[in-house]
This record gives sequence, structure tokens and C-alpha cells, in this order.
Amino acid sequence: MAVRYDTVIIGAGMSGLSAGVRLAYYEKNVCILERHTTIGGLNSFYRLRKRNYDVGLHAVTNYAEPGTKQGPLSKLLRQLRLKWEDFDLRPQLQSSIVFPGATLHFTNQFNYFVEQIASAFPQQIDGFRRLVTRIAEHDALDLERQSVSARQVVSEYIRDPLLVDMLFCPLMFYGSATPRDMDFSQFVIMFKSIFHEGFGRPFEGIRLILKRLVKHFKSLGGHLKLRAGVQEIRQSNGRATSVLLDDGTEIEADNILSSAGAAETLRMIDPNGPPMKAEPGDISFVESISVLDCEPAQLGHRDTIVFYSDTKDFHYERPDVPVDLRSGIICSPNNFDYSQPLEDGRIRITALADPHYWMNLPEDQYVAAKQHWNDEIIRCATQHIPDFRSHVIDTDVFTPRTIRRFTGHLNGCVYGAPQKFVNGQTPLDNLFLCGTDQGFLGIVGAMLSGITIANRYLLK
Amino acid sequence: MTSDQIRQVILDILGRIAPDEDLTDLDDARPFREQMELDSMDFLDIVMELRKMYRIQIPEEDYSNLNTMGGTVQYLLPRLKDVPVGA
Repeated sequence: MAVRYDTVIIGAGMSGLSAGVRLAYYEKNVCILERHTTIGGLNSFYRLRKRNYDVGLHAVTNYAEPGTKQGPLSKLLRQLRLKWEDFDLRPQLQSSIVFPGATLHFTNQFNYFVEQIASAFPQQIDGFRRLVTRIAEHDALDLERQSVSARQVVSEYIRDPLLVDMLFCPLMFYGSATPRDMDFSQFVIMFKSIFHEGFGRPFEGIRLILKRLVKHFKSLGGHLKLRAGVQEIRQSNGRATSVLLDDGTEIEADNILSSAGAAETLRMIDPNGPPMKAEPGDISFVESISVLDCEPAQLGHRDTIVFYSDTKDFHYERPDVPVDLRSGIICSPNNFDYSQPLEDGRIRITALADPHYWMNLPEDQYVAAKQHWNDEIIRCATQHIPDFRSHVIDTDVFTPRTIRRFTGHLNGCVYGAPQKFVNGQTPLDNLFLCGTDQGFLGIVGAMLSGITIANRYLLK
Repeated sequence: MTSDQIRQVILDILGRIAPDEDLTDLDDARPFREQMELDSMDFLDIVMELRKMYRIQIPEEDYSNLNTMGGTVQYLLPRLKDVPVGA
């Protein structure tokens, strides 16, 4: 007889683990299934040539000081019955948005960002303040909301297109599944999480948060199975009845919660069915990771994150070249307010990439292409930060192909499908979605996504 | 359980849901939400914790009885009077 659970969760990323904690805490019999050999999904970690690496996470957004009672991070910790110390978030030092002819700095103190805008764009500051009021009044967590163009709303308040693009740049880079524009609610979530609340990172990186979640989940009686990919979701009369694993095992469940992505999940229901309503996204990235023989600060680089665009118009879309060198994100995990230095210096540079090029590249050209584009990305980024190339002692590169391999996201898309399934529902009564395709963004957003959907449908 | 014991159970639950709140001066007659940061997600947790601890089902239409400590104790007293502490 097949094993049976109250809820089976597909995917041991931030959202699946958080949902699992909620369900296990309330004594639900719950099992998380992960196809990969390790936890994390889009935000994971690995070890290569005796060094630890993070993938996904540059920074945790929604930073809050210890003891903060409001905001998404506090809400999350309360819901998971975790303490602030469990995530050990250290605040960023300072980040920058660099465009031709203008630079804006920001920290975790929002007033500093307002002053930056007042001084760089004095004509726009009144409009910006009104936009901030509009953002504060918007209920972005309404699960039944309608989609509105963020560019349209923002341009009602800000007339200078350069400032509009400078505001959109970090928000899109860190969470937009849609090219060129965002849904206004997504814009609000990202604006608050990045500009109001800001960045933090645990000294030990993303592994600390993931390991805390797993330990907590297991201590509450939850089951976690790695190397357990779901091949098929079986159904009967509009209800999911069981999942079939890659190795042929069948697991029955009253409810199924999937963080695998909307299109990816629908394929599990019917692999040969008609074309899906849910289109997978195609916004993906290449990331260059350099290990340095010194701290970036010793080379004069103290910014935590630099968002840059070499063109006044910021182009956030799938490029028609392998990597879009016109813009990027430069992250140094060293530049957070730690009490001691990290083991080695790191510079991570992330740029938009064309998933089709990387997916279709023959294996014998893949390694050389990674090397070539890594060099190109660094060449372009060093126009914005000190040239660190003579200090590089090790390099790793990930591409859309790497992302697809480890997350199962078609196209290696990072922020999921352009169309979100905010209420988490699917064509099957007892199959629900959480994670990137449900639509709360960032690390904290992903965890809240799992919690929200679990609370709404699975704790009854 | 007596009223005092039920009050203590609720305080323990609130302490778990909102560990950063100081509950020593909680006014039993005033709504929880006026005295601490408690959103609808947290509120649902009070109901869920009671269900987990005492197997008591509180229907949604009764939630309004749980806005204050006084109201909560009064609502729970007949339902928990035969239940021992720490059940």
C-alpha cells in the first residue's frame, strides 16, 4: 500500500520548507519531496574546490533590526516560531544605482535614499514623495488583486525617465518575471523590501537560513526526502490523489502544494495535454563568481551591491545575444556589517542572458562559452568598480542551463512565470502553488508565500 | 481550568506568537490589537494553538469573542472547565 500524508510538498526551497514548518507545527502529517540532492532550489549552496558558494541569494531583502515588530521579516519569524537570531542577518554597508550621468546610493535607512534623490533630481523629489505615499497606502498582499502597470503608475508621479529607470533597475533585477514593466503590486513589494527595509546577509550565507528551516521542520516531525523528483501528479474527478516519483514510488496525499512552478506543475498533471495556459518565464541570468586573494574593500570597493546600466534606458528583457553586457548587478558578500571578515574575498556579477542560446549550446562549446562571457562580464563591470582581475584565485560561472538543471525551471527562469497565480489555486481542487509563481518575491517573500498558502488552504 | 488558568494559557500562546511583546501590563478589557502588533495571521494562530493544545474547535463566526483577553476567557471558560491544565 502507498504511503499517505495529509500534505505532500513538491520542492525543498524557501517556500516549500516554510509551508512545511507551518503544517508540521500544527501536527499535520507532511512530507517535502525534492528532486535535487540538496535543499534550497533557487537559493542554494554548494562546495567547490574546498570553498563554500551561495547560489541565488545576493542579499536577503526586507531587512529589519532585532526587536522590530512590524514588516514582513517579523511576520515571517513569528509565523515560523523562529527568533531573529536564527537568521542572523547583518545589514548591508551601502549600495548604488549607477546610470550614465547619475548615481544614487542607498542604505537600510530610507531617509538617506530620499536625500540622494532630492540632491540628484531636485525637480522630481516632490513627485517621489507622493509616490512613496501611494506605495504606503497600497495593499500589495491582497490575494484577489488586479494587475496594473507599474510604469504607468510611477510615471504619474515622476517625469524624468532617467529616475524612473533608476528606480526600476534594482527592483526588476531582484524580482521581475516580466520584461520591461512590472505589476504595480510587485513593484510595491520590491520597493518596500529593497528601499524601505534594505539588504542583509547571514555571515554564513544562505545555508544558515536553509539549515535552520530544515532542522525546525524535522524537529516538528516533518519528513524530507531528497533525490525524490515528482514525475506525475495523479488525479481522479478533479482532485489530486497521489504523486508518482522518478523511481516509481507512489505517495498518496490529501493535498499537494507545489513550488515547482505553474507550467512545470501542470505538466506533472498531464505531460501530454494541450498547450498550457501557464507559460514559463524566460528572464534568466549568467553569473560570474570570482574568489579574490583579498577583501574587495582593500581594493577600494566598499559597496554591498552595485546596480548599473551603461544606457540611460534600462533594458530588462531577454537579450538577443548570449549575455546583455549593457547592465548588471555587482555583489560583494564581504561588504556587510559583520563582526569578522569572511574567509575570502568575493565578487559576484550577474547579467541578463538569453536562455535559448545557453540551452542549445553543444556540450563541447559550453565550457569555452562560459569562460568567454565570464571575461566579458568582468571587463564591463570593472568600468564601475576597481579592477580586481589580478587578485582572482578561483572562478565559477552559472548560466540558465545550470539553473534549469538544479531547479527544474523550464528556460532556467529565475523569477518564474510572467503571470502569477496569486491565490495559489490550480485546476485541481486540492493542488496549490507556492513560491515564485505564486508571486511573493525575494527570500522573505518566498517564505511568506509558503506560509500564506499553507495557512489559507492546508491548515483547516 | 479556572479563569486564571485560561488567562495564563492565552498569555503563553501570545508569548509564542509574539515573543518581542511585553505582556505584563495587558489590559483585559481592551482589544489585543490595540495593545500589541497582531495581524490576522497572528490572530488565526491563537485559534490554531488552542485547537492544537485542547482539541477545541472555534467556528469563524465566534472569532469576534476573542478580541480581548476578558472576552476570550469568558468564551473559553464553559468550553474548558472540565479540561485539566496542560492537557
